[in-house]
Amino acid sequence: MDQTVYSKKKYGEMVKEISPQSHILANCLRAFSVGGTICVLGQLLTVLFVRGGLSIDDARLLTSVTLIFVTVLLTGLGWYDKIGEHAGAGSFVPITGFANSIAAPAVEFKKEGLVLGVGAKMFVIAGPVIVYGTMASVLVGLVYYFLK
Amino acid sequence: MEFVKAFVVGGLICVVGQLLVDLTKLTSARILVLFVLIGCLLGGLGVYDKLVEYAGAGASVPLPGFGSALAKGVKKAVDEQGLIGVLTGGLTAMAGGVTAAMAFGYLAALMFNPKAK
Repeated sequence: MDQTVYSKKKYGEMVKEISPQSHILANCLRAFSVGGTICVLGQLLTVLFVRGGLSIDDARLLTSVTLIFVTVLLTGLGWYDKIGEHAGAGSFVPITGFANSIAAPAVEFKKEGLVLGVGAKMFVIAGPVIVYGTMASVLVGLVYYFLK
Repeated sequence: MEFVKAFVVGGLICVVGQLLVDLTKLTSARILVLFVLIGCLLGGLGVYDKLVEYAGAGASVPLPGFGSALAKGVKKAVDEQGLIGVLTGGLTAMAGGVTAAMAFGYLAALMFNPKAK
C-alpha cells in the first residue's frame, strides 16, 4: 500500500495545485467507474460459483479470494499502483484494496528481511483494519448476546 | 440487472470514499478502518444485509461488506456458542479473506521485486 499511498499523495498534491474544484468530480467519476467495474467482476464470479454448485456464502468467499489473488498478482507486477493512481478510492475501497495493502508492503519491504520486513510490514494498513474490525465485531457480539 | 445494481451501488460506495479523500484529510488507511466499522455497525443492525441482497457483490465486495460479514459471523457464533462466540465470530468470519491475502501476499514478496518508481 505504501507504494500506492505515496504515489496517490503526490498525485493528489499535483492535482490540487493545478485546480482544486473541478478535479473532485473527475476523481469521483473515476472512482465510480473503476470501483463499480471491480464489483461487477465480483458479481460475475459469484454468479459463476453459484452456478457451479456453491452456496451463496461460499461463492462470496471464493469471489473475495479470487479478487484477492488477482490483485496480489497485479500488485507484484506493479500494475495495481497504476490503477490506483487513476482510480483513487475506486481501487482501495473494494476488498482488492485490502489485498493490495498487504501485498504492496510485503514486496516493498522484503529487503528488510522475511520477519520484520515481509512479516511485519504486511500489516501496516491491514493490521488496523483487522484490529478495529475485530473490536467492532466483539461489540456487536456483546450487544447481540445481551439483547437477543 | 443484477450487474447494473452491483456496478451502481459498488461505484457509489467508492465515490463516498473518494469524497472523503478529496474533502477531508483522512488517509486511505483511516478510510478503510472507518468503512469496516460502519459496515460492522450496519451489519449488526441487519441493515447492510439488505443492501447485499439488493446489490450482491456491489455491496459485499467494498470494505463495508467485509465489516458486515464480521457482524454476521459474530451473530452466528453467538447463536451457536453463546458468549464464547463473541470472541470467535469476528476473526472466524474474516479468516478466509485475510488468510488468502496473507498467503498470496507472502508468495508475491518471494516472487516479485519492488518496482522502481
